[in-house]
Amino acid sequence: MADQATFAEQAMPLMDSLYSGALRMTRNPADAEDLVQETYLKAYRAFDSFEDGTNLKAWLYRILTNTYINTYRKKQRRPQETDFEDVEDLYLYRRLGGGELASRSRSAEDVLMDGFTEFEVKEALESLPENFRMPVLMADVENFSYKEIADILDVPIGTVMSRLHRGRKALQKALYEFARDRRLLPESQS
Amino acid sequence: MTEQSPDPRAAEPLCGDDPCSDALGRLYNYLDQTLTDDVRTQIRGHLDDCGSCLDAFDFEAELRIVVARKCQDSVPESLRERIARELGIE
Repeated sequence: MADQATFAEQAMPLMDSLYSGALRMTRNPADAEDLVQETYLKAYRAFDSFEDGTNLKAWLYRILTNTYINTYRKKQRRPQETDFEDVEDLYLYRRLGGGELASRSRSAEDVLMDGFTEFEVKEALESLPENFRMPVLMADVENFSYKEIADILDVPIGTVMSRLHRGRKALQKALYEFARDRRLLPESQS
Repeated sequence: MTEQSPDPRAAEPLCGDDPCSDALGRLYNYLDQTLTDDVRTQIRGHLDDCGSCLDAFDFEAELRIVVARKCQDSVPESLRERIARELGIE
């Protein structure tokens, strides 16, 4: 059982992370602000039900996600999942030149860190259909475990794993489109 | 791993006949740490011997870091203040 002063101390510093997630979900700063505000008000009122020793950020994310699904999602038109084709493994790696990257005197880190702007990475993530975007956001940006994601999204762990897998590959495809447009590709393929 | 892994192939040994495709096929499981210590060690051993698999693993691990780092936003100060005010937190 947790008290309200603890909420101020522990939940307030997590607001950047909740706001980032809200932006990826709503893709709109005004909605993201409203969503975060509503999440914090609900969380504050429900803080008695937070179990000490469990992950507070995951608990807040669950409230954020439910609020988003119940309120904000209705307002938005979503990309259709039926248009979502499957992508092969190592999509980006292979298209950026695979093992040749290393011998090209630029490390994977340089290519990726310098090659993509924040805007592009956010756009790529936001372009994924929601079923895939949410697990990727939660696993790869927020570092939640499969179990935590399954609890937040209220789906079985196996579903989290398969959506993560497809979502990550689709993210690579979206990143590749930016790389192609910006001529980041090795000479042989451009 | 302290709790039961959700990965149905967590303890399945690395395939001896085709270690590259097995290792690459379980790359996410490796990075997500769903494999048993034994299987992790086997894959680590394969990566020590196989430069092309190592490159692919490094790339994916690096990509994940880049995605996380580039998807951070800061909450507007006005929103932080509004929420604090609503909650009576000064």
